[in-house]
Amino acid sequence: MAGAITVQGLTKSFGTFRAVDDVSFEARAGEITALLGPSGSGKSTVLRMIAGLELPDSGSIWVGDEEHTDKTPQERRLGFVFQHYALFRHMNVRQNVEFGLKVRKTPKPDARSRVDELLELVGLAPFGDRFPDQLSGGQRQRVALARALAPRPEVLLLDEPFGALDAHVRQELRRWLDGLHRELGVTSLLVTHDQEEALELASAVVVMRRGRVEQAAAPVDIYNRPATPFVAGFVGASNLLRGSIRTGQLLFGSTAVADAGELADGSDAQAYIRPHDVLLTAAPADRSFRVKVERRTNLGWQSKLQLRLGDGQAIFAELPNDELNGIDEGDDVNASLRNAKVFSVDAGEPPVGPAEGDTSHDALHTSDEDEVLAGRAGLN
Amino acid sequence: MTATPTRQRPASRPAARRPGTRRQRLVPGILLAVALGYVLILLIGPLGGIIYYAFKSGISAIGQTFTQPDVQHALYLTFIIMLITVVVNTVFGIIVALVLARDKFPGKRLVSALVDLPLAVSPVIVGLMAVLLFGRGGWFEPFFAARGIQVIFAVPSMVLVTIFISIPFVIREVVPVLQELGLEEEQAAWTLGASKAQTFFRVTLPNIRWGLLYGIALSAARAIGEVGAVLIVSGAIQGQTETATLFILRAFDQFQDQQGYIVALTLAAFSILLLIGIETFKRKRTREAR
Repeated sequence: MAGAITVQGLTKSFGTFRAVDDVSFEARAGEITALLGPSGSGKSTVLRMIAGLELPDSGSIWVGDEEHTDKTPQERRLGFVFQHYALFRHMNVRQNVEFGLKVRKTPKPDARSRVDELLELVGLAPFGDRFPDQLSGGQRQRVALARALAPRPEVLLLDEPFGALDAHVRQELRRWLDGLHRELGVTSLLVTHDQEEALELASAVVVMRRGRVEQAAAPVDIYNRPATPFVAGFVGASNLLRGSIRTGQLLFGSTAVADAGELADGSDAQAYIRPHDVLLTAAPADRSFRVKVERRTNLGWQSKLQLRLGDGQAIFAELPNDELNGIDEGDDVNASLRNAKVFSVDAGEPPVGPAEGDTSHDALHTSDEDEVLAGRAGLN
Repeated sequence: MTATPTRQRPASRPAARRPGTRRQRLVPGILLAVALGYVLILLIGPLGGIIYYAFKSGISAIGQTFTQPDVQHALYLTFIIMLITVVVNTVFGIIVALVLARDKFPGKRLVSALVDLPLAVSPVIVGLMAVLLFGRGGWFEPFFAARGIQVIFAVPSMVLVTIFISIPFVIREVVPVLQELGLEEEQAAWTLGASKAQTFFRVTLPNIRWGLLYGIALSAARAIGEVGAVLIVSGAIQGQTETATLFILRAFDQFQDQQGYIVALTLAAFSILLLIGIETFKRKRTREAR
C-alpha cells in the first residue's frame, strides 16, 4: 500500500521570488522523512506541490510508480495535515473524520466502522459529538490526523503539524505520532523547522535552505557529518570558530587543533564544534590549545563554560561536572576538540542573516537547547 | 457577522465596583440612556404610530383593505419583485464575494468600491438612469422594442432597479466571512477527495450561511421597501405596476390614510419578522452546536 515519494527538479517561483529551486529527493516507502529548514526555506511549498495545492513551474512528482505532477489534489489521494488543523468547524468530530469517506461514496456502514476505528486509534472515541472549538489544540490535531487517514491514503503529508501547539503538548504528540506511525507504516513526509522534531521522528532528513536542498541523509549523518556549514550550524547547537588550514590541519593561530580533511593549504576555515565536543584538561594534550575559563554556570550534573581563546574568539562548552576536575572561573586550561566540522570559508556563510530570520546562531552561540527551540517556534 | 460563534468572554469587572469612581459610573449611564433614547425615539416611536393608526378603526377596516384587488395586486407584485431580486442577488452576490475575497486582479479595489455605489446613489437617480437606458430614445430601447418587450412602465424595469439597489447587501455580508474563513478548510476538503462543487456546498456554503442569510434578509427588506426608483420607472399604474409602497403613496394622496397605514404595517412587520427570524434561528443553531 505504501509507496515512496520521489520529487525531481522541482522548481517554483512566486513572482520574482524563487521559493523552490531544483529540489530532488526521495522519501522512502513506509518511513517518516522530515523536510527541515528555517521559515522561508521553501519546505512547505514543496509539500504543497506534492499535495497538488500548488503547481510546480517545472520538475516532477511521483508516488510509487505513479506520476502525480499534473494531477488535481482530489486525484492524488494523499492525506494532508495542516499546521492550523483546518478542521471543518461546522461539523462535529465524527463528521470531520467521515468527510473523506462520504465524498468518495463509501457505503454508510463501512464508513461508520472506519470512523469508529480511527477515533479509537487517535484516542478520541468519547469526543465524536464535539465540535472543533470545544477541543484543545492537541485534540484538534489528532482529529485532523484521523480525518486525513480515514480514506487510507498512500502517503501522509504533515505541514508543521505541531507548530501551533505549546511545547509540552508538542512533545507528547510527537511521541504519540511516532507510535502511530510504527503501527500504520504509512509513508510520511513531515515539514518542520524544529530540528529536534526532525531528528526524533524521521528516519531520513532533507535539510532545505533558500529553496534548495542542503543535505539529504539519515539523522545521525545530518548531525555528525553535515555536508555544508549551514547544516552544521542549523542542526544542533554549535560554536563557530575561525581558523586557517595548513598541511591538512585546522590551526588556531599557530596551534594545530583538528584534521581539516581535503581542504587546501592557506585557506581560511570555519569550524563548527558542539559544546559537548570540547574537552578540558589541566595538562596539555594532543592538539590542545590554551583557553581561559571566563564563566562557569553549574547546572547540577553538568556545567556550561564560556572560554576565551588566545586570539580573542569565544567558545562555549558543556561538560559533566565529573569530568571537570575542579576547573573553575579564571583558570587557564587546555582545550581539545572532538568531531570538529571544518569547512573552507568559501563553502558558504553560516546560517545567520536576514533571509532566514534566525537569530539563534552566532559565533558565540551555544546552546541552551530549549531557548533555541523557543526562539524558533516564535518565528512562525 | 461571523460564521463561527465565539465563546462568551467573561465580562470584565466594572471599574465602578471600586470606591471613588462615581464619575466613571456616570459616563456609561449617560451613554446607555442616549443610545436607548435614540433607538426608541427614531425606531420604536414611528412603528408604534403606524400600529396605532392601522388598528384605530378596528379589525373590519383591515379586512376591507386586504380584500381590495388593488391592494392584493400591489402586495403580490412587491412579493414577486422581492423574490426575483433575492434570487439574482444571492447567486451573483456569492460569485462576486468569492472573487473579491479570493482573487487578485487589477482594478479589484475599484470593483469593491463600485459594489457600494447603490448605497451612495439616490434611488431616484437609479430610476432616471434606467429610463435613460430603456426609455424612449434610450440606448437599449430599440433592442427590446424590436422584440416586443416592454421594459419601462413594466415589471422588467422595476425588477432591474430593485436588483441594482440591493446589490451590496449579500456581498458586504459574505466577503468578510470568506476572508476570515481562509482557504485551508477548502484545501483540506480537496485533499480528502471532494470536488470543487462538493467543497462549495459542504464546506464553503455552511461556513458562510449566517452572513449569507443576513445579507439575503437585508436584500429582501430593501427590495420590498423600495419606492423612489420604482416610482420613476413604473409609472405607478394602478393595478398593474403599482407595488405596495406605491400603493401607500397613492393612498395618502387620495386621503385613504387608513389603508396606507395598514399596508405600511404589513410591509414593516414582514421585514422585522425576517430579521428577528434569522437572528433567533441563528442563536438556536449556535446553542445546539455548543
